[in-house]
Amino acid sequence: MADKIATREAYGNALAELADRYDFLVLDADLAEATKTVKFKKAHPEHFFDCGIAEGNMMSVAAGIATTGRTVFASSFAMFAAGRAFEQVRNSIGYPHLNVKIGATHAGITVGEDGATHQCNEDIALMRTIPGMTIVNPSDAVEARAAVEAALRTSGPFYLRFGRYALPVINDRPDYRFELGKGVLLADGDDVTLVATGLCVSLALEARELLAAEGIGARVVNIHTIKPIDRALLVASAQKTGAVVTAEEHNIIGGLGGAVCEVLAEACPVPVQRVGMNDTYGHSGTVPALLEAYGLTAANIAAKAKAAIAMKK
Amino acid sequence: METAKLEQLRSAARAIRVGVIEGTHAAKSGHPGGSLSIADIMAYLYFSEMNIDPANPAMEDRDRFVLSKGHCAPALYAALANRGYFPVEELTTLRKIGSRLQGHPDMTLTPGVDMSTGSLGLGVSAAAGMALAGKTAGKAWRVYTVVGDGESEEGQVWEACMFASHYKLDNLCLILDWNGLQIDGPVAEVMNPTPHDKKLEAFGFHVISIDGHDFDAIAAAFAEARTVKGKPTAIIAKTVKGKGVSFMENQVGWHGTAPNDEQYAAALAELMK
Repeated sequence: MADKIATREAYGNALAELADRYDFLVLDADLAEATKTVKFKKAHPEHFFDCGIAEGNMMSVAAGIATTGRTVFASSFAMFAAGRAFEQVRNSIGYPHLNVKIGATHAGITVGEDGATHQCNEDIALMRTIPGMTIVNPSDAVEARAAVEAALRTSGPFYLRFGRYALPVINDRPDYRFELGKGVLLADGDDVTLVATGLCVSLALEARELLAAEGIGARVVNIHTIKPIDRALLVASAQKTGAVVTAEEHNIIGGLGGAVCEVLAEACPVPVQRVGMNDTYGHSGTVPALLEAYGLTAANIAAKAKAAIAMKK
Repeated sequence: METAKLEQLRSAARAIRVGVIEGTHAAKSGHPGGSLSIADIMAYLYFSEMNIDPANPAMEDRDRFVLSKGHCAPALYAALANRGYFPVEELTTLRKIGSRLQGHPDMTLTPGVDMSTGSLGLGVSAAAGMALAGKTAGKAWRVYTVVGDGESEEGQVWEACMFASHYKLDNLCLILDWNGLQIDGPVAEVMNPTPHDKKLEAFGFHVISIDGHDFDAIAAAFAEARTVKGKPTAIIAKTVKGKGVSFMENQVGWHGTAPNDEQYAAALAELMK
């Protein structure tokens, strides 16, 4: 297994590298050093434009650029890309369905010490409500790079969600293939399905080991594309295992947990337990301490799995 | 200006005003006041200034127009229809279910609309993005955007101005429709954004102040804007809200009210005189 790497690093690397094969511009709002678009800026300064600390303007500028036929990335922290600039994303980018790729970094509580004002646990919920918005929340650097390339190859608005914290690489295998809108069945089991996204995917794999030690078989599904979500895989998994746990670094309201419940309530009602930020703000602290404090752990996912299984009729 | 050209522009402006009245009357809603105040500017843009082709609305090297004060869509639609983008008869479908003419401009539905707008402040930024894209691609196209005076209370307008100036977007021309009225009353009383000239100059614009109903002044201002290099131009157009329909002129109440049948007939009679 390779060294740990943050998905924001992979984002910056992908922008710098893919510019040789794809034509696009990159915007940032005074956070290039942090979002890692600085890597693109250094490699292709003529195609990089800093918008200063004015995220709303940046999103509408990006929309204007896209109307001329040029693909454009607009980057900031998730809090400001999806939160501050929500209305610009909705009206300037989403409504005309323009080819703008929003690269949102520092999503979730793994921002760490900066605390709650910068820990965005609402962005998936906000972006999910925009018709036509594709949302990808990659689980590691390999998937992050693949997501950037998929966004370049697919017309329309994208919300790409990246993190600050270095994560283990779990997808560096020869048969790995990124398919937009398709969940990834990482491991199979009969008793419960662990549906995870982002950094929670590796936690779900750890939780599967914990459950196996107790004789419980867990299927693990990585949902990197939260919208459009892979309904077929979710329904098939619910039918097979009869119980589901969702795990995400986001509010359990409106994110992956909400999306999975919407699908299953309509197509295959089974017990669901949600792991994530339990409708609360974050806090300053080290990332390991925060993950522990808010229950984003393999142990908690395993405990929720047992709770879901216990609810089976 | 030659008499023939002046007459052509006056005729176009009259047709735009008629279209505004036809559309808002048929819709029983909409924004006639600010649509009438920009009618002369829209006529000049669409019948003289811009490099456009109604037969090919997506022509790559065309000039672009963004109606940042998107609620004045009736004026934009009337300009486009009279310029040949779609039938003038369609103007009376304004705001109706199934129509291509939404309450605020939708670039995905209406031929000739270069940007969806309506939420105030956003259009100026989009216009700046188009201008930046043009410069980056080495294109000669120019970008025009009409901004409301009330709209200039939105912070994003000034973010966009900062951006346009920072990137030396001399292919961008902002027209401020200074009609002095917004929904809650006189702009100066609701939230005074003046002095626009000094603020825009401070934000790095070349500023030209004109009478927004004087075609000679409008023509001279757009010609001057083309000569300005290294900075964007702002034309502050002093206008009359409701211009051309006497009972609507300078009346706040006509910001967002449609004429009834009687008012419709009176307005058309006056415009057709």
